[in-house]
Amino acid sequence: MEVTGGWYMALGAVLFSIGAAGLLLRRNALVMFMSIELMLNAVNLSFVAAGNELGSLDGQLAVLFVMVVAAAEVTVGLAIIVMVFRRRATASVDELSGMGG
Amino acid sequence: MIEVIVFAIFAVAAVAGAVTLVASRNSVHSAVGLLVTMFSMAVFYVLNGAHFVAVVQVLIYAGAVMTLFLFVIMLIGVDRSEEREERIPFQRPLVMVLGSGLLVLILLAGRAVWVIRGGRSGVAVGTIEEISDRLFGTWMLPFESTVLLLTIAAVGTVALARYGGRSRHAEFSGGDDDEPEAGD
Repeated sequence: MEVTGGWYMALGAVLFSIGAAGLLLRRNALVMFMSIELMLNAVNLSFVAAGNELGSLDGQLAVLFVMVVAAAEVTVGLAIIVMVFRRRATASVDELSGMGG
Repeated sequence: MIEVIVFAIFAVAAVAGAVTLVASRNSVHSAVGLLVTMFSMAVFYVLNGAHFVAVVQVLIYAGAVMTLFLFVIMLIGVDRSEEREERIPFQRPLVMVLGSGLLVLILLAGRAVWVIRGGRSGVAVGTIEEISDRLFGTWMLPFESTVLLLTIAAVGTVALARYGGRSRHAEFSGGDDDEPEAGD
């Protein structure tokens, strides 16, 4: 029995689904943000596995770019969460319904 | 055979970490679950020949990003318990159904297009030399774009830290809040 790329992609699909469910289920903005990071990691795993199957390095380079964008996103997103917490003293997205109905 | 054992161990660890992230009430436990998943990802990258990416994963994700997350969790307060009553009825079963449906759809779609070639060629080992050859050759322009993106992110964060919390100081110093807050 050999571990093929499909195993890694299936695992990536499982992790992506768990992350999506967490994004829908949780209220805490920080945990929702961490769920997004989990989904990004799952996609990275698929990139690397596909690149290895195809014998190409481009999958790994795509992962590097995803990491850079995720780092920028984490920086700005966490700053926004801290600012919202300073103004409203909450990190729950249910409380932050000012722009909704 | 050894790869199957390593894959099984760390796949279980990754899924357990992800479930901990979603299911735990405590934010710190969620962060530790995500940390476990990220370390398992680094192991999978090594198994796929992506050595440099694995190093970057440990340094950037498990190191910098998770430290930042834990720092903000400490800043916001770990003892705040998240209320669990749902505003939308049937939200939790609905999420279970939607998540399972998403997983089934991804697996069904993936069965058609996943590249299953069987054996590993071993030609695509991501050493630093190989990665930098591609990064500073074919991918030069996207690399330069990420420099611009990171600069913008840093400037935006500094601007948020400088001007984003202004109304708080106004409230504390007497209450003339120049920016009306939406919703209140």
